Amino acid sequence: MSVFEYAPAPESRAVVDVKPSYGLFIGGEFVDGHGTPFKTVNPATEEVLSEVAEADAADVEAAVKAARRAHDRTWSRMPGAERAKYLYRIARIIQERSRELAVLESLDNGKPIREARDVDVPIVAAHFFYYAGWADKLEWSGYGTTPIGVAGQVIPWNFPLLMLAWKVAPALACGNTVVLKPAETTPLTALLFAEICQQADLPAGVVNIVTGAGATGQALVAHPDVDKVAFTGSTEVGKAIARTVAGTSKKVTLELGGKAANIVFDDAPLDEAVEGIVDGIFFNQGHVCCAGSRLLVQESVAEEVLARLKRRMATLRVGDPLDKNTDVGAINSAEQLARIRELSAIGEQEGAGRWSAPCELPDRGFWFPPTLFTGVSQAHRIAREEIFGPVLSVLTFRTPSEAVEKANNTPYGLSAGVWTEKGSRILHVASQLKAGVVWANTFNKFDPTSPFGGYKESGQGREGGRHGLAAYLKGGDL
Amino acid sequence: MPTLATDFSDVTRSEASLRRFLHGLPGVDQVGAEARAAMLGTRSIKTTAKAQALDLAIRMVDLTTLEGADTHGKVRALASKAQRPDPADPTCPQVAAVCVYPDMVATAKETLGASGVHVAAVATAFPSGRAALDVKLADTRDAVEAGADEIDMVIDRGAFLSGRYLQVFEEIVAVREACAKPDGGSAHLKVIFETGELQTYDNVRRASWLAMMAGGHFIKTSTGKVQPAATLPVTMVMLEAVRDFREATGHMVGVKPAGGIRTSKDAIKYLVVVNEVAGADWLVPEWFRFGASTLLNELLMQRTKLTTGRYSGPDYFTLD
Repeated sequence: MSVFEYAPAPESRAVVDVKPSYGLFIGGEFVDGHGTPFKTVNPATEEVLSEVAEADAADVEAAVKAARRAHDRTWSRMPGAERAKYLYRIARIIQERSRELAVLESLDNGKPIREARDVDVPIVAAHFFYYAGWADKLEWSGYGTTPIGVAGQVIPWNFPLLMLAWKVAPALACGNTVVLKPAETTPLTALLFAEICQQADLPAGVVNIVTGAGATGQALVAHPDVDKVAFTGSTEVGKAIARTVAGTSKKVTLELGGKAANIVFDDAPLDEAVEGIVDGIFFNQGHVCCAGSRLLVQESVAEEVLARLKRRMATLRVGDPLDKNTDVGAINSAEQLARIRELSAIGEQEGAGRWSAPCELPDRGFWFPPTLFTGVSQAHRIAREEIFGPVLSVLTFRTPSEAVEKANNTPYGLSAGVWTEKGSRILHVASQLKAGVVWANTFNKFDPTSPFGGYKESGQGREGGRHGLAAYLKGGDL
Repeated sequence: MPTLATDFSDVTRSEASLRRFLHGLPGVDQVGAEARAAMLGTRSIKTTAKAQALDLAIRMVDLTTLEGADTHGKVRALASKAQRPDPADPTCPQVAAVCVYPDMVATAKETLGASGVHVAAVATAFPSGRAALDVKLADTRDAVEAGADEIDMVIDRGAFLSGRYLQVFEEIVAVREACAKPDGGSAHLKVIFETGELQTYDNVRRASWLAMMAGGHFIKTSTGKVQPAATLPVTMVMLEAVRDFREATGHMVGVKPAGGIRTSKDAIKYLVVVNEVAGADWLVPEWFRFGASTLLNELLMQRTKLTTGRYSGPDYFTLD
């Protein structure tokens, strides 16, 4: 009999109504922008999905003004229990419209529908539920109950709606109002979220969404009436933002890049470690700031782990993001694809061994096969620079202390993974790793109750959990 | 078989060496294993793939009756059903085997004749396995003499859980020898772990290697008499074991989840796990079976639904 081929199982696009054009969301209304509208494309097909308004400095001004008014007159004065009602309502609407959000996220970002459906959207809803619960309990936060004011938030394209939730939910729970700029390649779910705010009868101006590229973001973070800047994205832009706000009274939290070590000891549960390695670097096409992009494997099991890993990578299903059986989707943009290609080429030039999973890539769209490099050392650029794609660098170590040294030998410090069946080793190694999150025998697990953030060039401040409130309350100063 | 005995003779030389080997196997992380199985359970198998999967699942069924109330009449009826699961549709494949107690083997054999459907007999004081080795071996020989093509034995879980691995190993070897037929052939041996009693995935992995080294042709999850019976993650861990065993020795061993698989959807999830964990080589009745009774009619109803576009209901399918 023939091989068991899964027939195409596409999720229907009909559940979501993508409009031909979108305006900005300011003061509770969709309004025209004054910049040059730009197109957002489906990275899996290069099809234009919609045309989106660009906010210029005047539009940003209007948005900040609307946020200020809403903050001063309504939102910051409202009892926490009342704010909670809105947040719970938003959370419930997100659940009700989860299929629509998941399909739109997959279309605009290129991520597999399975991931948008099973990871992104459920955690988005969970985040709103979680912080809704805090809104009337801020007294017990440890940071007081006074909001900071107007928050300017700039988010990346890898988890568009999830990063929105991480920013908006705690800000609103604490009584702040927000002006949020989604990434220029993935604005659509943020604009659908704006509709959800309308549906929830959220008071006008509490959430404002300004679309655009770097200039719009720059205008927002530099605006004198923005009290708080929250940014997730590249370390390069994060540094520029830090320079912009230096010497002002603005508070800032930054969640930046990473080059996380995923450390596999010889007593690891190997089958699950292989799953964790795959999840660590190929989840969301490797477009994950906390991706386990450096595999550190103990030399005594390196060969076996590598053989198992390659066998597993060969079963990854790469292709149409809307197919429910797809594991790895499209690279988000031509620019990102170019960067991944460039760094991979450098890896080869520097002498690392390149291996890609055998898979057929679609002709149109932006695609890169799941790839690993062997024989990588700390001196290679692919072991130091964030590739932000489905590319794994494999390094080896001999002893636990060497593993820790190598893991920490990076300007970043966002996350790390430890794989061993020995509990004492987990605790010993984890306590020495300079990373904001250390996962033990798992990877890339997120929960609204758990704080997330980086050491060193991976950023400052924490999002999630009680710690995440510090960024949005006046008593949260370090 | 002789090749295997030599391959692992160092390992099975003593209780200590066998224990060292089994405890040296990589551990199984419970959370990770269950998450992986659950993820594979989300695969969406539609249209042509579903049709293919349903027919394959039917061909993999060991249609089972293991009741104190079993009679020759009941077994004859089941054996007829095994050959013509859907009398209304001649294109419907027959199942792999009929699984009965040893005293029903002759009856099943007579009804099945040369149909190609095998007769499997549970033996070795099934389901508890609590009897002297001689009794277990006599039980096995009885079934083989009556014409059983396959023997489903149970391991001594008491011995396994108290760490007497060599005893379990030697018992499997002895039962395997008792499977010999006068014509020089041998009944195929399936080794049942009763994973619901072994409880941990580490135990399941160790039992899998133990049974494979002892020469079992198949490893099987459960008797169906203990809850939980087959689960997706347990079966996945066993599939990992047969995959790794082939890598190490070149020998293929089959896997049979049994008990608790009742819906087509469940059966298809198992096939997905076979496909993505062990590989397509195992997607044949020779190497993968479902121990089931009610599952068959569920598969038939889904099959009819898929071919006719109508869902007809249980009255249109035979009870046995």
